Amino acid sequence: MTGQASVNPAAASELTYTADEMMTVAAARALRDGMTCFVGIGLPSAAANLARATHAPGLVLIYESGTIGAKPAELPLSIGDGILAETADAVVSVPEIFNYWLQPGRIDVGFLGAAQIDKFGNINTTVIGGDYENPRVRLPGAGGAPEIAASCREVIVVVRQSRRAFVDHVDFVTSVGYGSGPGDRERLGLTGGGPKKIVTDLGVLEPDPATLEFTLTGLYPGVSVAAVKERTGWDLAVAADPEVIAGPSPAELDALRDLQTRTTDR
Amino acid sequence: MAEIVSLAEAVEQAIHDGDAVAMEGFTHLIPFAAGHEVIRQRRRDLTLIRMTPDLIYDQLIGAGCARKLIFSWGGNPGVGSLHRFRDAVERAWPAALEIEEHSHAGMANRYVAGASGLPFAVLRGYNGTGLESLNGEHDSVPTIRPITCPFTGETLTAVAAIRPDVAVIHAQQADRSGNVQLWGIAGVQKEAVLAAQRSVVTVEEIADRLDPRPGAVVLPSWTVSYVAHVPGGAHPSYALGYSVRDNDYYLAWDAIARDRAAFTRWLDEHVYAVPAGQS
Repeated sequence: MTGQASVNPAAASELTYTADEMMTVAAARALRDGMTCFVGIGLPSAAANLARATHAPGLVLIYESGTIGAKPAELPLSIGDGILAETADAVVSVPEIFNYWLQPGRIDVGFLGAAQIDKFGNINTTVIGGDYENPRVRLPGAGGAPEIAASCREVIVVVRQSRRAFVDHVDFVTSVGYGSGPGDRERLGLTGGGPKKIVTDLGVLEPDPATLEFTLTGLYPGVSVAAVKERTGWDLAVAADPEVIAGPSPAELDALRDLQTRTTDR
Repeated sequence: MAEIVSLAEAVEQAIHDGDAVAMEGFTHLIPFAAGHEVIRQRRRDLTLIRMTPDLIYDQLIGAGCARKLIFSWGGNPGVGSLHRFRDAVERAWPAALEIEEHSHAGMANRYVAGASGLPFAVLRGYNGTGLESLNGEHDSVPTIRPITCPFTGETLTAVAAIRPDVAVIHAQQADRSGNVQLWGIAGVQKEAVLAAQRSVVTVEEIADRLDPRPGAVVLPSWTVSYVAHVPGGAHPSYALGYSVRDNDYYLAWDAIARDRAAFTRWLDEHVYAVPAGQS
């Protein structure tokens, strides 16, 4: 389910969906059944819950509030919603979730958002513009992300593509991707594998195996390479033959809308 | 032994101008009523400590109670920015706010060190991040430093202990002797109380006897300074078994906090004009 199938134009034309829905579906497909997944709130949470509702019922969702194996039937607004604790296999304290569960490298995949991201997958969620003391925009800060980025076996980032978000240099490194290139993670002693995918509302970027620079490897139906380059703040490398990722299936779209309806109805 | 007192009395006795105060509760059991009482008693120059300074600290910062914030994630969970926090950092309104920021793992370990009576804790973290490199340059006292493992030679990260003057938490139950029990998402409340010199615990219910619950955190009376009976004291967050999270409040906060005048009106109507324990 990594989008190898080509688009069936007939099927695609019957379904209308938004760019955000496509992004959420593409991110959900990146998760395999049975994985353990450390989930950030927002776009990553929607995608992880969609995966659990469709092809990955055995996905183990872990939230930094200490809920392990949460099985929410609706999308939580916060990482501490009651439904996460009530449906979890275990609820542990915050020191424990970071020290015993995340730090030793037990978690397969970390699912993160970003305000800014650069070509090596370094993430900024701290400050934009000005300097640290006097920023133009003060963002929420690190949360659990630096250690999720450091310690999970792999990281997937979900972020809408724009020149504001996809920048040549992040204003602040909150969470490390590949630093300034090959060898940096090893030098820094980061035990996890680093970011393997950036899923956007236009397509999917993956690190080039040699340079580790994020490269456009997948496009959603109807999206051009030029459109992606236009919304990227660096000179984006493009794979020789970027795959066209299948649009959402009726089952995926139904499951996603069902999740979202149950969330907004409460 | 904990004294069982009114909320107003607990805040008056425990929290003074200039104190370092940790109000904890990780998205659950957030001590909002106690925070509002601190605003009502017009405490000033506080160092506010909290992993997730969400709405409760947005309100305290906007009300002018804080001089410094020590934190790891300052947003409105699932909604967006904390506008009062941003206004203080970006435009020094109502006063400049010094900040000391960490990751969640770092903050959690700092509390563990404080509760353990150790000067620091060790973790794998911060390597290569801006948090590590600005530390010591930006902060008057460094709180992140590399440390070499004496057994393997590996370079790890040391974070300085947090030892608040006061910890403030909300729990489901206390008994008449002031023993406290809380359950569900337990965050860092135990660590915060044990790390602090003094503590205030607001509770949903004071029971004759605590029925032990599997997985609950129990704080014996002699680890707690003041207990106050404040049903609903975690609203708009929630107390598992007693109330649900008021997500509409978090959504509505965005518009109130965006605007200084709207926020000031909110303070007048929903905090200053309301008796202790009822906001």
